[in-house]
Amino acid sequence: MDSYIITIGIFIAINSIVVSGLNIIVGYAGQISLGHAAFFGIGAYTAAILATKAGLSFWLSLPVVIVITGTIGLLMGLPSLRVREDFLAITTIGINFIVEAFFMYVPFFGGALGIGGIPRIEFFGTPLHGFAFLVLCLVFLVIALFISWWFTKAWCGLACFTLRDDEVAASTIGVSPVKFKLLAFVIGTAMAGIGGALYAHYMRFISASDFGFPVSVMMLSMLVVGGMGTVWGPILGAAILGILPEVFRPLIDYRMLLYATLLLLVIRLQPGGILGDNGFVKSRLKAFSRGGKNEK
Amino acid sequence: MDLFIEQLMNGLAIGAIYALITSGLSLIYGILRILHVAHAGIYTIGAYVGLGVYSMTGNLLFAILASMAVCSILGILVERIVYSPLLKFPPYVPLIASIALLLGIEEVMRLIAGPQIHGFPVSLPLATIRVGNISLSSALVMVYIVSIVIFFVLWIITSKTDLGLAMRAVSQDMSIASAMGINSRQIVSLTFAIGSSIAAIAGILVGIYFNQVYPTMGAVPAYKTLALIVVGGLGSVPGAILASLLLGIAETLLIGYANIPFPRDALAFVAMILVLMIRPEGLLGNIKKKI
Repeated sequence: MDSYIITIGIFIAINSIVVSGLNIIVGYAGQISLGHAAFFGIGAYTAAILATKAGLSFWLSLPVVIVITGTIGLLMGLPSLRVREDFLAITTIGINFIVEAFFMYVPFFGGALGIGGIPRIEFFGTPLHGFAFLVLCLVFLVIALFISWWFTKAWCGLACFTLRDDEVAASTIGVSPVKFKLLAFVIGTAMAGIGGALYAHYMRFISASDFGFPVSVMMLSMLVVGGMGTVWGPILGAAILGILPEVFRPLIDYRMLLYATLLLLVIRLQPGGILGDNGFVKSRLKAFSRGGKNEK
Repeated sequence: MDLFIEQLMNGLAIGAIYALITSGLSLIYGILRILHVAHAGIYTIGAYVGLGVYSMTGNLLFAILASMAVCSILGILVERIVYSPLLKFPPYVPLIASIALLLGIEEVMRLIAGPQIHGFPVSLPLATIRVGNISLSSALVMVYIVSIVIFFVLWIITSKTDLGLAMRAVSQDMSIASAMGINSRQIVSLTFAIGSSIAAIAGILVGIYFNQVYPTMGAVPAYKTLALIVVGGLGSVPGAILASLLLGIAETLLIGYANIPFPRDALAFVAMILVLMIRPEGLLGNIKKKI
């Protein structure tokens, strides 16, 4: 396969993993987050530092990455217990700017120069690159999808849905907002951390600006475009917003304008996302499922 | 000591410019509960229109008026076309639309005027003020005069006129205000027009003060002003102005005196998170139940 297509595929797969994590926080638990790139970055920096300074392999550092991003996600989820909606959106924007500044200004994290020389992931002694790396990303994507799917069926997922729809009602029937909001933050940010670790080992060079606020906006856009609260939405969104800039590559000067225009059009015309409840996919499919089970 | 006072005056000017952007944003948040990130895009357009008209006519007052007119129309259009159909959705939907709009505006300005930094060469009819060893440049004096005039006019409009009364009524409850015979849609449009024309003035002032107009000049203010309206108390215009002035001074003094490698643009967010944890209603806010 063409290495250009493989590269695009790897980015789409990594973004899908990270956006699936965001989906658990925003789509399932209803806690708006515009700082998801910060956790993507924390995962990437943790993996990079463990690999370059401690010499740990990807497989050994992965549990550490998951624990660290999950723990920081737990801490960053604390504001969501105190503020909501608009306030939470602005707070998470703030967290993203602060984390980016932290990576940029603390010499331990390489400062403005970033971290380079991150080794490739080895699998029984063979370094993975190209197609093999894509397969690895897809394996992680399947795991992420499975967690997303399991979440919609499991009790903790149902509790999160109740919280999203009505927090007061949920707490009167014994669903603890503290417990399940934090659970969603921990799982969602840990998935971002895994995506970050894959990204660091693929790019082999990372710097603070890779995890800035615009990246968070792009991730939330992917989620909204694909369909919030759906299992497949994150992949569709990551694929659409990952492929579009490549399709527009001949129009190099107008690329960002087209991207912004399309994002605006989708959010204006399909605010629930393409796979969302009122999206055009569902309304088209309804024509074929006459009298069938009305899936929500 | 002289240097300290000069730094303080510079900080105050930067704070006043933040306050001009933030007051419009705060008005709009108060009335529609929308985080209007694209406000910074309107501000960028304001700077470009002002620069364009000024370089064509050479008349600064005319440039300011033209820029205010263009920006108010754009503000009304943004509200009518983008926001009003999205109001019934969760708040992140208009927020993302707004971010996309800001990106789009930046790109349009880049394609029209080019990515380079334009200067804003203005000869102001104001003298440089000297007191002892302290000198205040004419651009600085202009920032002070213009912002004091605008804040005074804004105060008159919001607290002494029928329009202000109607704006406050709509911001408390739009449907009841409509039932009382207020044309809510018109008030919302007027609020966008007022906020956007203040943003246009802010854009021109920034252009003159730093002698720079460029496509992404709105990128940093876009999010910093969100932090400022939280610190001031969401929907409280005096609080937003106070928070902006404090931030302008704090940023300037931090750069001038503290030798810690701390990015100035993150200061607003650190302040915001502290305020949210200690006093969630903001410095002068009174929206308690929304938090």
